[in-house]
Amino acid sequence: MGRTMNNQELKQLQVIAKHIRRDTIEEIGNLGVGHIGGALSVVDILTLLYFRVMEHIDPKNPRNENRDKLVLSKGHAGPALYAVLAEKGFFPKEWLLTLNKGGTNLPSHCDMNRTPGIDFTTGSLGQGSSAAAGIALADKLKRIEAITYLIIGDGESQEGQIWEMAMFAAQYKLSNLIAFTDYNKLQIDGSTSDIIDLGDIELKWKGFGWFVQRVNGHDFEALEDAVLQAKAQGEKPSMIICDTIKAKGFSLAEGLASSHNMAYSKEVAKQAIEELMAEDGGKEK
Amino acid sequence: MTDIATMKDFRTIYADTLIELAQEDSRVVVFEADLMSATGTKHFKELFPERSINCGVAEANMVGIASGLSSQGFIPFVNTFGCFATRRAYDQFFLSANYARQNVKLVGLDPGITAAFNGGTHMPFCDIALTRVIPDLVVVEPGDGWAVHHLTKAVYAHQGSVYVRLQRKGNPIFYDANQTFELGKGIIVRDGKDVTLVATGAVMLEQAILASQALEKENISAAVIDMHTIKPLDKELVLSYAKKTNAVVTCENAQMAGGLGSAVSEFLSEQYPTVVRRVGIQDLFGEVGTVEYLMKRFALTAGQIVQEAKDAIKRK
Ligand SMILES: Cc1ncc(C[n+]2csc(CCOP(=O)(O)OP(=O)(O)O)c2C)c(N)n1
Repeated sequence: MGRTMNNQELKQLQVIAKHIRRDTIEEIGNLGVGHIGGALSVVDILTLLYFRVMEHIDPKNPRNENRDKLVLSKGHAGPALYAVLAEKGFFPKEWLLTLNKGGTNLPSHCDMNRTPGIDFTTGSLGQGSSAAAGIALADKLKRIEAITYLIIGDGESQEGQIWEMAMFAAQYKLSNLIAFTDYNKLQIDGSTSDIIDLGDIELKWKGFGWFVQRVNGHDFEALEDAVLQAKAQGEKPSMIICDTIKAKGFSLAEGLASSHNMAYSKEVAKQAIEELMAEDGGKEK
Repeated sequence: MTDIATMKDFRTIYADTLIELAQEDSRVVVFEADLMSATGTKHFKELFPERSINCGVAEANMVGIASGLSSQGFIPFVNTFGCFATRRAYDQFFLSANYARQNVKLVGLDPGITAAFNGGTHMPFCDIALTRVIPDLVVVEPGDGWAVHHLTKAVYAHQGSVYVRLQRKGNPIFYDANQTFELGKGIIVRDGKDVTLVATGAVMLEQAILASQALEKENISAAVIDMHTIKPLDKELVLSYAKKTNAVVTCENAQMAGGLGSAVSEFLSEQYPTVVRRVGIQDLFGEVGTVEYLMKRFALTAGQIVQEAKDAIKRK
């Protein structure tokens, strides 16, 4: 496919993603500990989806039936999605500073009954994938032409439930289900290849009957192209394997397994944000 | 082994005890599901790389594999957060580990509100209820650092599967080095004659002790029992204190339906009907927050125990 995004649009997305990263680092830094690594690795995927791809997303009507939906099955990345939803206007940005505090609407893992804009409750890895397939099936039954987007982790892909869902979605030809694997190659205890190797992950999903693509998960044009192709094929559920970097944009944590649930001070957050904001957005491509 | 009382966390005591056991017995194997960093068994892995098995994020599979290993004579200690240990792998634990009469030691970390910042999805409130209904299973929750060390050894020595609720962080100490611990035998932490506080786990044992001190100021003499083994319940001890005080308050960092409160009530209502009040989670889901916040939110405090104790005494 040719270019679908002009330079200005690309630049805009990069600026938004940078703001989302800033807000996420600050949100978790304000509390002092949290899942920063897995949150930052999905920021570009979320940014593309919410600021360019997803349709009928209306902060005033978060449960609009016809909207595209998103299930963040790796629910511990919730803080990144909260930053996106705040930027979209689902709730005031000040909420971000209540993350994980008693009585908050923004718990560490996504909660559809607490946070406006969250489409499904997640946190127990694997479960969000089946819920997403269920949502996609519901839209099909209701003849609603919407897409359900699903984001899973690579460590999460070790759960058997992911593969039970994979067979189901292929059987029911859920072409309205577009999934992303946040393939940052890390989980809590180290690299996925050292713990339980995913092997040829593209071949696995293909073997399960999915339409499979592989892209750089920090490249907006490649991501958008993959989404368009996924929509265009119209036959199978889609898996977009995204090569990503855990803690992307937080220089002292980037690419480290220890970024998974990391403690850092407000001071460190401030420095990280200064560094991030000083970077030239254009270079990120 | 270094002085237990000076150690930082329950998990360090637990992990060090596993090393001690593994040094003596080559059948001891540790299982993790991508939470080795949380359990703290990295050092175990360095010492016994072959006997440290990381299954990745796949708890049901982990419990199944451990059951197979057990059938070949190994003694697997299987670690993950309590929510996943019980809810996620329940059928595997029920059938492959227990119905098949295997010797699997399942350890559920971060019981009840100690899951804190991980929030409602990660908060095992119902794990006691779920495990207590598995025939012959032993269900344990150590209340202090010494208990973690000695009960881990007792769990190892027990022939049969066990579920251990293990708080990870902090090392509250209520006993001294000479205290002995036996599975199925509660400990009288403090004697008393007006009411008996039966507590399990570190959070509630501490609150029960604080409550007994507060009650003492009001001239109410409260006994405190550490019921570290929830199943089999120490019926003899419960009965003798029911007879002695005629009022019982159970205290648990868990859903009280099906939990310690149920176990004590079920037993007493049949054997020696006694006024029982229960402190615990009251049919609610978990939430995110600090442990201190959650204790207030779910009324797991000394103040609540005091109130229930007075109420129980009134109803005698
Ligand atoms: C069923 C289940 N088991 C364990 C956990 C604890 N846990 C949270 S994140 C995580 C690692 C996930 O790795 P990955 O999917 O690669 O996430 P990422 O590296 O992208 O953050 C684990 C084991 C959980 N949330 N759910």
